[in-house]
Amino acid sequence: MKRSSVSITDTEAADRSQGAEARLRQLASRKSRVPLLEREHVLGYLLLAPALFLIIVFMAYPFGLGIWFSLTSKFVGDPGEFIGLENFFKNFRSQIFRQAAWNTVFFTTMATIFKTILGMWLALILNRKFRFSRFTRAAVLLPFIVPTVLSTLAWLWMFDATFSVFNWVINWFWQLDISVFDVVIKPAWRGRVRINWLGDPALAMFSIILVNIWRGVPFFAISFLAGLQTVPQDLYDAGSIDGANGWQRFWGITLPMIKPIVVVVVVFSIVVTFADFQLVYALTRGGPHNSTHLFATLAFQLGMQSGNLGEGAAVALFMLPFLAILILWQLLYLRKEEGA
Amino acid sequence: MDKHTTEENIMPQQGLTRRDFIKTSTGVALAAGTGLSLFGQAPAFAQARELHILEWSSFVKPADVETDRQAAEFGKQEGIKVRVEHINANDLNARATAAVESGAGPDLIRLLSNGPHLYAKGLIDHGELIQEVGGEDIYPALRDAVHVDGVYRGVPYFSGGGAYVYRRDIFDEAGAAAPQTWDDFMTVGTKVKELGYPIGQSLGHSFGDPPGFCYTFLWSFGGSLTDENGKVSIDSQATRDSIAYLKEFWVKACDEGGLAWDDTSNNRAFLGGTISCTLNGASIYFIPKRNWTEKKDPFVWTLFHFLSPEGRAGRFHTFTGQNSCIMTYSKVQSAAKNYIRFIHKDENFEKFFVINNGYVKGVVPKWDKHPLWSWDPALTPYRDLANYGKHYGYPGPYDRHASEAWSKYILVDLYARAAKGESADSVIKWAESELKNIYG
Repeated sequence: MKRSSVSITDTEAADRSQGAEARLRQLASRKSRVPLLEREHVLGYLLLAPALFLIIVFMAYPFGLGIWFSLTSKFVGDPGEFIGLENFFKNFRSQIFRQAAWNTVFFTTMATIFKTILGMWLALILNRKFRFSRFTRAAVLLPFIVPTVLSTLAWLWMFDATFSVFNWVINWFWQLDISVFDVVIKPAWRGRVRINWLGDPALAMFSIILVNIWRGVPFFAISFLAGLQTVPQDLYDAGSIDGANGWQRFWGITLPMIKPIVVVVVVFSIVVTFADFQLVYALTRGGPHNSTHLFATLAFQLGMQSGNLGEGAAVALFMLPFLAILILWQLLYLRKEEGA
Repeated sequence: MDKHTTEENIMPQQGLTRRDFIKTSTGVALAAGTGLSLFGQAPAFAQARELHILEWSSFVKPADVETDRQAAEFGKQEGIKVRVEHINANDLNARATAAVESGAGPDLIRLLSNGPHLYAKGLIDHGELIQEVGGEDIYPALRDAVHVDGVYRGVPYFSGGGAYVYRRDIFDEAGAAAPQTWDDFMTVGTKVKELGYPIGQSLGHSFGDPPGFCYTFLWSFGGSLTDENGKVSIDSQATRDSIAYLKEFWVKACDEGGLAWDDTSNNRAFLGGTISCTLNGASIYFIPKRNWTEKKDPFVWTLFHFLSPEGRAGRFHTFTGQNSCIMTYSKVQSAAKNYIRFIHKDENFEKFFVINNGYVKGVVPKWDKHPLWSWDPALTPYRDLANYGKHYGYPGPYDRHASEAWSKYILVDLYARAAKGESADSVIKWAESELKNIYG
């Protein structure tokens, strides 16, 4: 606003100030005549109340209770006593816990990397026009739609130590004699191959990562696809005129354009993968010898199956700092993107 | 535009306005909420008296049918609706935890092993019922499982344990007989594995067979997790000897897929014809035996059982019960008590016992004299389990620490890690540190 250059006397100033006060009083008295629900700040909070109620009852309260449990010797049916950080120290002393922590980080990292790469690849393919492309896009979502426990049970059978269909196929191929014009490409090998999918620590970890990727890729692909469809064709045309090849167009146009979506999807997936439970519980229950225990399955074993709710809550809370930092980073990033 | 002007410009509307709708719906929701919270439950006319029982899903399916039938029969007598829910045994503890913590759920839970020690605070005193179903006659291992700080928190319904089921045709082919000692077992196991039919033993994370093997195996070598006072005693020469034996046994005699097995995997492997012997309840035997009368399945004639081999400290079996436990929050406690009395009546328990055909034992020794045990000689070894039976706390107390060590699979993982090649020192050090963490 432009500052007024006209000088005013003190009396005039006092008059004006009185006038302003009167105007304010008038406004206030008019406001009090407005019905309660017509006031925006009342109505606003009222409309917010149901959501706030749900958040407090179903999230804040259990969360607060979880923190309290982790600081007590809470045992099932027994309120326990306040013991400070003893549960956390006890967990740190346990090699099972340290292994579960490492497993969780490894599982999440590997699964997320592969889900991102494969999801992007699938999205780029689905973004092209081809016959039955709509049908294919819908069908790709199937692993994501089927309830995890149900699909995991099917995987359990496929990984079965004795009757694994993977082993059956490998053995079938193993005993084949493949020759072309009497030139032996692969002789028929003797002996049976038995891959102990869920019985070997490394293979068990590989198996749960594989199933997580299988389940998660469709979500990545469809989300990325939605992002890809918003990239204007002009940019690609301009890129092509400038002589950019496919790879350069991907790095220079596609990726920067859909980066915000990639960040959101990846962060969301990390959070969900980090806290994964059903898959491991159905496949290995944390075995063999704890090599596939994640924070969530260990917390369940300690809290729900052994009754040590305090200790279980402490394990579950270890997830919090990792995820909180991640979410904070995502928020800051998105804010920066919006500002840019 | 100023916001006040906006407010002033709103025209009065006919009918239900947005604000009116919110006022009305909030009022209705508040009224409904207050009503529910005041009375804490739906109106009485929607309620019927119900006894909700939660128990495992038996490996002998006709046993579940009989349990349901008896429950229905009791319901008619008592004038109450009885609902029996069968779930995977591995999930029972989680359901019990949720029930005790929330103060709602099944009225009676059939807790496994020493579950009553874990959930004692949520269970009523069953002292009177214990006396009615056997009192001091109940096997000590089973009594200890429900006896918490001088109070009985449940009533053992039946007991069970594993014996080794084996294929005599394969053993005959290998020129071997049922082994009496662990040394015999090594020799026999080596021979049958060479024939392509190894011993199958689960070392995975599952409630029955893996701990059933590991605990008895360690005890028979003279080792234990703790001493009589609950002091950790895993670091012993006996444990080292048992590990040395197991490492050799695993490679020479066992199906190495066992590391991933749960309680059902060895059943499938045995019936699928890939192994010749495994530690199990009698459930494997029953599958081919279903066709016994028609003699359709000659496989059954080759199946026999033997007791756990003897070690230097003797012969051991794990012997655990399933306990009927009434919850403190139950509103039908008296009906639940009558239900326990009903199923323990001789004529009712006998029906359940016979339909299980040797898979379960009674909780008092009189059921060992039942003619059932002579009907099928292949099953007779199961009769003698109680003579060698110990609980999972042995030789220490069977308290919640023993339960935690069991549910964390410490001993199972000790042997599983050794089987995968880790040194005895390393696995013992690991187990000792975990056990000290539990026992304090």
